[in-house]
Amino acid sequence: MANPGNYDSNAYWKATLGLITKVLAIWFICSFGLGILFAEPLNNISLGGYPLGFWFAHQGSMYIFVGLIFWYARKMGQIDRKFDVHED
Amino acid sequence: MDLQTTIYLVVGVTFALYIGIAIWARAGSTSEYYAAGGGVPPVLNGMATAADWMSAASFISMAGLIAYMGYGGGLFLMGWTGGYVLLACLLAPYLRKFGKFTVPQFIGDRFYSKSAATVAVICLLVASITYIIGQMTGVGVAFSRFLGVDKETGIYVGMAIVFTYAVFGGMKGITYTQVAQYIVLIFAYVIPAIFISLALTGNPIPQLGLGSDMSGTDKSLLDTLNQVVNDLGFGKYTTSLPENSMLNMFVYTMSLMIGTAGLPHVIMRFFTVPNVAAARASAGWALVFIAILYTTAPAVAAMARMNLHATITPAVMKSDVDVFSADANIQYEARPDWMKRWEVTGLLKFEDKNGDGRIQYYNEKSKDEAFLAKAEAAGWKGNELTVNNDIIVLANPEIALLPNWVIALVAAGGLAAALSTAAGLLMAISAAISHDLVKGIFAPNISDKGELMAGRIAMACSIVVAGYLGLNPPGFAAGTVALAFGIAASSLFPAIMMGIFSKKMNKEGAMAGMIAGLGVTLFYVFAHKGIFFIKGTEYLDLIGGKNSFFGITPEAIGAIGALVNFGVAFLVDKMTKEPPEHIQHMVEAVRIPRGSKAVDGSHAH
Repeated sequence: MANPGNYDSNAYWKATLGLITKVLAIWFICSFGLGILFAEPLNNISLGGYPLGFWFAHQGSMYIFVGLIFWYARKMGQIDRKFDVHED
Repeated sequence: MDLQTTIYLVVGVTFALYIGIAIWARAGSTSEYYAAGGGVPPVLNGMATAADWMSAASFISMAGLIAYMGYGGGLFLMGWTGGYVLLACLLAPYLRKFGKFTVPQFIGDRFYSKSAATVAVICLLVASITYIIGQMTGVGVAFSRFLGVDKETGIYVGMAIVFTYAVFGGMKGITYTQVAQYIVLIFAYVIPAIFISLALTGNPIPQLGLGSDMSGTDKSLLDTLNQVVNDLGFGKYTTSLPENSMLNMFVYTMSLMIGTAGLPHVIMRFFTVPNVAAARASAGWALVFIAILYTTAPAVAAMARMNLHATITPAVMKSDVDVFSADANIQYEARPDWMKRWEVTGLLKFEDKNGDGRIQYYNEKSKDEAFLAKAEAAGWKGNELTVNNDIIVLANPEIALLPNWVIALVAAGGLAAALSTAAGLLMAISAAISHDLVKGIFAPNISDKGELMAGRIAMACSIVVAGYLGLNPPGFAAGTVALAFGIAASSLFPAIMMGIFSKKMNKEGAMAGMIAGLGVTLFYVFAHKGIFFIKGTEYLDLIGGKNSFFGITPEAIGAIGALVNFGVAFLVDKMTKEPPEHIQHMVEAVRIPRGSKAVDGSHAH
């Protein structure tokens, strides 16, 4: 289980956790925050024909989740290469 | 061609396709059997995951539930998709790097304990078996309705089909069949939705149609719907909360998210991709394909609810007619044909309580006193129409008067959804038995060939058991999906997460956590639904009544169980000695993508 290359595993893990924290923060805010906790006040704003809070619960969160995963995958790829731990 | 012949034809063609694919993709090695050889491209794996994940419940029942719940139904939408964010960044890449076939194997190796693996196997089996009963019942119902056979025959036919492509093809066969099943089910779902959206709003894209104005008016569909349901005494569509509790919705959504991320048959799909980067991307692709259906569902829900009310109480759509006037509702004799057809199935029931020959469909349990007084004054003696939620999707093409081939396609789609999930679950169950129990614990020296045989025997037995349970559902089939999620959320998810993110978590902590989380969840669910779901053994008094824990329903308790799991695990971890050096090194290695060989390679210990 030796390290396969020359990399700073602590810094790599810190960068990874930093990215995961950001992803989870957005995940939480758009679903639990905007879709549930603050849905009621947001419903006073209209997006197209949608009340905004309802939109987050029934549509918006899901679009954001999809974007979020691809963003995470791309960023993670960059981190992997930066620390030279990517696969061949 | 008449409807029944068209259905036979379309369903027959799709089945021939699935079985053909299974024969083409036969598994020759354990790696192909458990993980499809580890070479499935992310996009295809995403499709297979989507089919695996979207069960008969997603396809048939979800839109109906949302139609009935309104805004609160969003908990299913957010809960069942948000879990993929957790999967993508917390579990999938690391489990892929770990490079083994099953969840209990990860837990057993990471926590250096056969007992931990055994606890995980038990959790997996309970979660998967409770889930599969519902799927087999769904298969039976779908077959009986569409093929005109009785429910028993339906289940036997379903068993035979799953048997063919799962036993011979293993994970490889299942993966490629699921890709085909995804394509069938997504067309079946989206096509009727497009037609209905077009008819109601003039916009062919249902996701946009839901926010558009009603055709020929300048009032939005959602505003109209709010007013329609309000006129009939129901809560406002865009704001109604389940159980009137925001906290419950919050916790329920969380339970579904972490349950999704912890369900073994979903996690297993991420062992089939070539490397860590592919595991990350694959979760994204899975969610893309799931979101196509899940973002369509709320439109289907709202539009179907609107169509239903407009059909039964035409007055709600007119501003100059009072809904309480004598001719506001349709006459029973004048009901449309699709209602007659669905009455036969018992999913739609009419009872003329006030004997006026008209259908009064409203919320008799409304809390609005003024509304109830008006209803009484109008001579209404209670709600007269009972509509099963499942009708919403299945009858949609009939309500919209779509051609026969669309109805046949919906039949094939419903079957594809139920069969693909059943196959995925059976795979997880048989892998747990042959790989984790037989090879992992009882016969570690079993040959590759012997293990493959054990896997096939386990699969065949699982199908028989699943079929038996589908035929004789133990009286709790309907409520058990919640339990499956509760178990996955409260036991497996936290254990895997701590295994990756806490280098110092030891076996004592992990096992105590799993047992505590599972215990709390079972205790609360059984309090509501009876010990092992046996009627009459509920002990609600003991816990202070229904939903006594801050108003949280038993379906939503998994998130609380997960919290207990984390808490107990860290407490016990602090009091016991830290894991051995080599385990800590293993955790470090799992965190680094480089060196994730094909599953084949890393399997040779």
